[in-house]
Formats: sequence, structure tokens, C-alpha cells
Amino acid sequence: MADKRATIDEALDRLEPGMTIGIGGWGSRRKPMAIVRALLNSSLHDLTIVSYGGPDVGLLANSGKATKVVAGFVTLDSIALDPLWRQVRQRGGVDLTEVDEGLFYLGLQAAAWRVPFLPARAGLGSDVLERNPHMKTVVNPYNDGPYAEPEDAGSVFVAMPALRLDAAFVHANAADTAGNATFTGPDPFFDELFLGAAELRVVTAEQVVPEGTLDSVGPLAKATVHRLLTDLVIETPNGAHFTSCAPDYDRDEAFQKAYVTAAGDPELWQAFVERYLSGDEAKYQAALAQDREGSK
Amino acid sequence: MTEPTRAEVCIAALAEVWRDAGEIMASPFGSIPMIASRLAKRTFSPDLVLTDGEAAIIVGAPPINTRPEDLVREAAVPYRTIFSVVWSGRRHIVMQASQIDRFGNQNLSAIGPSKQPKVQLIGVRGAPGNSVNHKTSYWVPDHSTRTFVEAVDTVCGVGYDRAAAAGSGATRFHELPLVVSNLGVFDFSGPNHSMALVSVHPGVTVDEVVTATGFELHVDDVVETPWPTDDQLAIIAELDPKGAREREIRT
Repeated sequence: MADKRATIDEALDRLEPGMTIGIGGWGSRRKPMAIVRALLNSSLHDLTIVSYGGPDVGLLANSGKATKVVAGFVTLDSIALDPLWRQVRQRGGVDLTEVDEGLFYLGLQAAAWRVPFLPARAGLGSDVLERNPHMKTVVNPYNDGPYAEPEDAGSVFVAMPALRLDAAFVHANAADTAGNATFTGPDPFFDELFLGAAELRVVTAEQVVPEGTLDSVGPLAKATVHRLLTDLVIETPNGAHFTSCAPDYDRDEAFQKAYVTAAGDPELWQAFVERYLSGDEAKYQAALAQDREGSK
Repeated sequence: MTEPTRAEVCIAALAEVWRDAGEIMASPFGSIPMIASRLAKRTFSPDLVLTDGEAAIIVGAPPINTRPEDLVREAAVPYRTIFSVVWSGRRHIVMQASQIDRFGNQNLSAIGPSKQPKVQLIGVRGAPGNSVNHKTSYWVPDHSTRTFVEAVDTVCGVGYDRAAAAGSGATRFHELPLVVSNLGVFDFSGPNHSMALVSVHPGVTVDEVVTATGFELHVDDVVETPWPTDDQLAIIAELDPKGAREREIRT
């Protein structure tokens, strides 16, 4: 079988300015942060980020890499609000398409199933519709006949459009060289839908194992990404840091707090970027190792 | 009877949203709603389904500060499966509101214009879908004319007027049973499903509530919010030994 192993640089070389990029995980949980850091240091621009938003969204939007965001929320979980996201929104620096998080799920599912939309009640009456004039509704076509439900006769539903992605990046606990991957933590989130919705499908993982050996990492039922969903596999140990990657590691709460503190002060932020976000992934991980050494 | 704190009055009032609820999921946002859901489960609604806030249904109604490793879990509910719960209607959520208006429209997304908000909040989250699919109640710990407003800046949770305007798809399962604030208890029994004052918490006057509300509140037959019973207070103390409830409320 094809060996899908690649480097971060090789994956980013396949991206172009203006692309729509899906990022897996949820809030400050199992985000492909090694990729987010690489995007920050790339020459890419005018990106649209589609995400159950965590620090990925604040970092990419505030840095100017992303000019558009599709999301239902942005949060750091243990810290409710991300200061970088607040800043860029409050200066009007990003175009936000805000959707209900269930509609978001349907949008990814529609793209993965190659249908133009999926219907829902979610969004009716809310500003999700008012503020997204391109989002349409659909009238229930089952008003008589055996499939009719009298109480829904004539009702209007939201037609959530497919959220088609040029590329998607998700972070797994482990992947094999053929492109299968497993989420051994409690929640796979929506990651395989991100992959299903995308043209270029990239899985980063804590470890990459020989093909056909994922059952040695955890129960096969957790290996919900199969190689039909994957183009590239990249080994990025500690690659979700500082978000959580259960059961391999929890969120680095001290680091996240330091990120939030730094983000609130231009001088501190410059120093933070200099130390953690201005080099490649090896430099980032080396800085973390140095931090751990210093705190001993 | 022991004199309860305001937080404890609010907990007992919020627990009522799940009275006789049967086997549905209770999704509380905030310490006080979380204690309330567990109080309901320990007393009059034993079949309530509670989660660990992550990806599992938990057994029983343990204290809210129970460490994750000490929780007993009965089933997995990863995020994606939650929408099967929400859209099937088998849930009653208590959300918070940065703003709420006369007809129960709620905002937790942003204060000010949407293109450049004055204050960016967390986002619409699942509020649009929640509010048109199952019972949705609200907890507002800081009742003022800034939170109880004439019109919310972003409609996230859908109120009665907006649901009606959107048609039967929105109204079929739309129901906002209760709003509890640090000052009183409210429902939507006013004219055209507008907000009505049901009860004021002990020590609060009707005038205080009216003054702290930025829209015309329907006021008729107002009673005092009942004190929690001694049994309820004992359970509340056990559910929240560290007193998180007292830190959530601003009086």
C-alpha cells in the first residue's frame, strides 16, 4: 500500500493563498497545533478557516493569515474566551460566518456526502439566517402522501449548505503509514467529517505506526479514520500542544494561561511570538523542553 | 428552618425546571444550574440523564467538584451524538444569557454590531438549534438593564416572537419554560408570550425587579420564591461543599 508519510512542509506546499481550510478538534481539545504554527509562519494569506473554534482560530485570524472564519464559537474551554479572537473581532479584522454548531456538523456532512445541503430546524428564527443572506431555507416537500407528517406540512426548514473544504487537518493519537488513524480519547469530535469534506486530507498524529498495526495502540473501534479519507500522514509528537490530546496528555493549562496573559499585552505578546511561534515545530518543542528543564 | 442564601433560593427555583421531566437529558450551564440539575435528580426527577460535560453520561448525581477520575460513567455521548438528543427533543437545557429580551430572545455571541462587535463573546454555539428543538430555560446571575434588554444585539436562542415569524418549523417544538435571575423567577405568560414576573426572591421587591429590567415586564399576581426546604439545603451543601454557588451570584 502507498506510504502516505509526509512532512509539515510538504503538506503546506500543497496549499495556496485564498484556500478554505478545515481544522479538526473542538475548542481547546486535540487541535492540530503543529500545523497551525506552521501556517502562521507560512507565506499563505487570505485563508478561510472552518473550525469548532479553539486557539487555532484566534491565532490565524489575529495574525492576518485568515481573513474569513466559519464557526459556531471560539473558546479555550477552561478559559471561556480567547483574547486574540476578541481583539481581531473587536477591531473588525475578520469576516465571520457564524453558524449553529449543529448546522456546522450538517454542513460538513453534506460536503462529505456530496449533496448541496441538509435540512434542519436549527437556525430558524435566529440571526444565523439574518446575518448569512447566502444561507437559504427549503419548504418541506412532503405535504401529502405516505411520508407526510401533518404537523410539518408547509413548514420551512434551514437548508444548511455543504461546507466544502480545499484542505482539512486533524490530529489523531496514532496513524499508520497507509493513512488509517485512531482517536483513543473519549471523543472523535467531527474529525472524519472534516476529512470527508476536503480535497486534500491530512492527518497529523502523536505517533505513526506500521500499516495494519493500529489495533496495538487501542481498540479498533476507535480507529474511525480509514485510508479512504486520508492523503497525507505526518508524525507530530506533542503536536496538539497546548490543547488536550487525551489520553496521551491533558491540556497544558499553565501554558494556555501564559498564552492568554501574553495575548493581552502587545510587548508580552511579541516576546511570546518570538519564543514560541517564530520558528519551526522543532524550535517550538525545544522551547517547551527548555521550559520544563527550567521549572525542575 | 435554616435561612437560605440567595444562591440556594436560585438553585431550588432552577431545579423546578426539571420537575416531572422523566427520562431526558438535563444540560446545565453554570455552577448554580448544575447544582440545581443534581438536586432535581436526587429528589423529584430521579430518571434525569446527566453528563460529565465531556463525552459521557454519568451515574447518579455526585457533588459538582467530583474529580473526573472518580465519576462513574454509564454510556458514551461524544459531541456528534448530542445532536441526536437535541434534535429528538429529549433534553431540557438551562443556558445563560449575556442579554435576554421581552420575548426570550437570547444573546451569547457578541454585544454591538456583528461586523465589529463592541464585545465579542463565545458565539451562537448550539443556542439556535436548542431553542427550536427542545425546552430551553435561562439562568441570568446578574439581572440588570444591561442583561434584560429591549432588544438583544444578536439573536442566538430564539424567542417567541422570532419563532412565530419563522413559522411552524420553528414553533413546533419551541418552548421556553422559565427564566431565573438573581432577583426573581419569570415565565412567558404575559401578552403574546412576553416575559412575566412569577416570583421575587426573598428580600427583593417587585419595584427592584422592574427597575432592573430594560423592557416592560408583565406584573400580575407576584408571589415570593419559596425557600428551599431543610432537606434541599442539606443536599445542596453536599453537592457543593466548596461553595461555588456563592461565587456565581452578584447581588
